[in-house]
Amino acid sequence: MIIAERKPLDAILGMMTPYHKVLVVGCGTCASVCLAGGAREVAMLGSLVRMTRQTNDEPIEVAEATVHRQCDKEFLLPLAAEVEAADAVFSMGCGCGVQLLAETFPQRRVFPLLDTKFMGVTLEPGWWAERCRGCGECVLDRTGGICPITRCSKGLLNGPCGGYRNGKCEVDPTVDCGWLLIFDRLKELNELESLRAILGPKDWSHGAFGQPRRVVRDDVRTSAEEGHV
Amino acid sequence: MPVEVVAFCCFYCAYAAADLAGVMRLSYPPNVKVVLLPCTGGVDPLYILRAFEAGADGVFVAGCLEGQCHYQVGNLQAKSRVRYLKRLLDEAGIGGERLEMFNLSSAQGPRFAEAAREMTERITALGPSPVKRPKAKTAEVAS
Ligand code: SF4
Ligand code: SF4
Repeated sequence: MIIAERKPLDAILGMMTPYHKVLVVGCGTCASVCLAGGAREVAMLGSLVRMTRQTNDEPIEVAEATVHRQCDKEFLLPLAAEVEAADAVFSMGCGCGVQLLAETFPQRRVFPLLDTKFMGVTLEPGWWAERCRGCGECVLDRTGGICPITRCSKGLLNGPCGGYRNGKCEVDPTVDCGWLLIFDRLKELNELESLRAILGPKDWSHGAFGQPRRVVRDDVRTSAEEGHV
Repeated sequence: MPVEVVAFCCFYCAYAAADLAGVMRLSYPPNVKVVLLPCTGGVDPLYILRAFEAGADGVFVAGCLEGQCHYQVGNLQAKSRVRYLKRLLDEAGIGGERLEMFNLSSAQGPRFAEAAREMTERITALGPSPVKRPKAKTAEVAS
């Protein structure tokens, strides 16, 4: 899932300064599960914002709504009346949610309340860790199910780098060396030999730092237009 | 005007202790309003924020002694939530010191009365909640 964290209250209050009636929209999927922007976080933030503004003698009305997920328009359209009634919209979804809200309601300013961090997993309630960087061409089949791009701080495809100490990474000694994890896993699986095969250069044009990517399924999509992003 | 303090009390300890304080005819400040919970682990951060929003000047959560929660770790969860909420209240300019956690057993009636007094004194010294006292009005009073 996508892991996010609420922005500091000061930053949020700063964005809300010009407004007297705002709509805070939560997301019931990833943002909710990582305890950053679900219905409960929306209610807590609403309460904090109202109290702070009241304290500063600048009361604000905070309407609250949480949709099933913010990255699908069909869940956003029913918000039309609430969006219309607000001076501005504040999203507690990830960056995708914020943007789709803005695309769906172009007549309103839409602001982000979360900092979107990464794609990851829950290690325990209250502890999330990054697991995938969306490189576009997964190599987990070659690395014992451990992602070298994410778990190795240098993203080495053929590691380790030789800098690890006591199983920890030289870049950040609080994280495990990703390549040592891969080595140990392959050893457990009796597949160490497979490490002799060198992983060739990756085509980063499929990665996250080029043009915006898209996935198109002609068997599913209904519009005939050329897929644009 | 006396300050208003809301006490979220666990049924198994603090609530029983408050009851015992009554039976023992111990007096404690009447401005402390007790809210019964089955366990302090059930104290939703939202309850506390709502109490402040509704005009409470201070809030305390009173649960069992550590290691003696009927639900194993409810009071420890309450402790971390209180710690987190103190930070949020500081961030919001309300002041984390307006919120506190106490641990006591059901046999400690006098301790409940003491906690109620301690909190009332602390909040009285801090004055009414800034949520109830918008800055402009404070300025008027001051001038
Ligand atoms: S190899 Fe690429 S797609 Fe697979 S987990 Fe790692 S970053 Fe994600
Ligand atoms: S120590 Fe391990 S995880 Fe860190 S950069 Fe080197 S190979 Fe990657």
